[in-house]
Amino acid sequence: MTRYADHLMIAPVVLPMFVGAMMLALGGEHRRNVNAALNVATTFALIVIATALLRAADAAPTGVAGVYRLGDWPAPFGIVLVVDRLAAVMLLLTSLLAAAAVVFSLARWHRAGVLFHPLFQFLLMGINGAFLTGDLFNLFVFIEVLLAASYGLALHGSGPGRVTAGLHYIVVNLAASLLFLIGVSLIYGVSGTLNMADLAARIPAMHIEDRALLEAGAGILGIAFLVKAGMWPLCLWLPTTYAAAAPPVASIFAILTKVGAYIVLRLHLLLFGDDAGASAQFGGEWILLGGIATIAFGAIGSLASQDMARLASFSVLVSSGTVLAAIGMGQVGVTGGALFYLVSSTLGLGAFFLLIELVERGREPGADVLAVTRELYGEEDDPKESNEVGIAIPATMAILGLAFIGCALVLSGLPPLSGFIAKFALLTAALNPTTGAVSTASWVMLPVLILSGLAALVALTRAGIRAFWASADRAVPRVRLIEVAPVAALLLLCVIQTIQAGPIMRFMQATAQSLHTPHDYIRGVLGAAAERPAGLKGPT
Amino acid sequence: MEIILALAIGILAGSGVWLILRPRTFQVIIGLSLLSYAVNLFIIAMGRLRTGAAPILAAGAAGDPAHFADPLPQALVLTAIVISFATTALFLVVLLASRGLTGTDHVDGRESEL
Repeated sequence: MTRYADHLMIAPVVLPMFVGAMMLALGGEHRRNVNAALNVATTFALIVIATALLRAADAAPTGVAGVYRLGDWPAPFGIVLVVDRLAAVMLLLTSLLAAAAVVFSLARWHRAGVLFHPLFQFLLMGINGAFLTGDLFNLFVFIEVLLAASYGLALHGSGPGRVTAGLHYIVVNLAASLLFLIGVSLIYGVSGTLNMADLAARIPAMHIEDRALLEAGAGILGIAFLVKAGMWPLCLWLPTTYAAAAPPVASIFAILTKVGAYIVLRLHLLLFGDDAGASAQFGGEWILLGGIATIAFGAIGSLASQDMARLASFSVLVSSGTVLAAIGMGQVGVTGGALFYLVSSTLGLGAFFLLIELVERGREPGADVLAVTRELYGEEDDPKESNEVGIAIPATMAILGLAFIGCALVLSGLPPLSGFIAKFALLTAALNPTTGAVSTASWVMLPVLILSGLAALVALTRAGIRAFWASADRAVPRVRLIEVAPVAALLLLCVIQTIQAGPIMRFMQATAQSLHTPHDYIRGVLGAAAERPAGLKGPT
Repeated sequence: MEIILALAIGILAGSGVWLILRPRTFQVIIGLSLLSYAVNLFIIAMGRLRTGAAPILAAGAAGDPAHFADPLPQALVLTAIVISFATTALFLVVLLASRGLTGTDHVDGRESEL
């Protein structure tokens, strides 16, 4: 690998940091147009960088594209950034979602409050850093960067609803961060290392009396991540916050729960894989049960939600729960399917959050609540509708309706879009284990996944009928091209994921394989130190 | 020393947990501060308690780790203090905004009906 490519690894962290700082230095809110241009340019540059890293990771025989040693300190002592397949694919997903959200915000939302663009860049810095880092405490720092920016963004646009929801969001996440610190320090106290790869190498040799503390630390750490991933019952803050956030913000927040799921996936398989001796598969059954409970909670919540933003928030929970449950099953094939599902559902959710605002724009606030109440009491909608049969649907409504159908197909997992392939891959792998008989967990997953898809379909169909068919007297929303384009682009990515399902699925399976056998990851990180000349010179 | 530190952490954490479960935003922020103090002490304790040992290598005396306190938890605690200080300040702003917008200091933005 060339030296240029070496430094590309840290670009997803450094670039947003510098650009965000530059925006503030350039005058913050006084030059919103400059900031907007910088923001768009940077997010698109991040797509290019993430694609390059993805190609490098896929081309590398071990799946680890490279290890970036900050300050050139060797691995267990210094902090490392690691680019492997999983990190690269998450980076790409983040940058694609960010590009859609930032283009969408240019139409009007970036004017709803102050400092949207710098905060957005800092959020990207935190997310990218969390995906790249190979060090537990560094992970904490990046998560705090991400959260601090997300607190600001959650309040973007202000108003009592957002501030009250944001207050809960901040308290829950501050408390979770404290749990994170307790877990990290417990693990350090027992093992004496914070480097993830070093930790994974030390766990098999650990004394039996130390394991209780280690597992306690890992459990507390897990709680902190599961709060972020939105596992039931730790997810009570999520629907209100996401429903209250400004649409482009909610759209990029769709990746935040996946940050939690990513860390659970990474650490669970790295630290408590088959090699971990007595601690192997520690906590797996809890993740599985929690994931299934989350799917059920999300599905019931989406059936019960009266407006579309809440419906989307509960869909976030279903998506998060599905990924967690699949991680908890601990099978290579299922993990591969879960990664495919993660990408597909995150893109779908991002598009859906953006679409909601466009659809809702033409309606009076509270129309949904009235509609649900009317359905509940068995009252019919206005009968005058029947007179309007035959009137052409305006083009805008047709496009929005089409996009809505696309989102519904992806989120509920119906053919022909990628949501179906993802769920199909998940269930096929769960029901065809490579070793032994089909586990009970798989038999539970089957109805849960199918029923959650049905619930999503019912809820989305009801919302769609209410929005597009049942209110003929509504004003057609004024929608600009740069608002429809991001939604269309995200859905187009889902279509591409469907068409290219073969190669993408092979990539995901390779990713899952290397996650389940993390020797290459560990050797990649620690071996970077071993390659140094003897004597271990520090940085000069 | 161990028993005093353990009691201090326990009392701080217990008070903190009690306070963040209270309905007033001011109680919540004090609770979070107390909890973060407890966590900071806990991090220090995880580096093993030592008295009279420096976390920095002295010139010429490097080599025997038995003479030194573990520097890593101290570095972690510094970072944790800075971060919790910043987020507490941020939370104060949101608390004031919430008070201004809703006219109450209840965490739900309205008084409970009970």
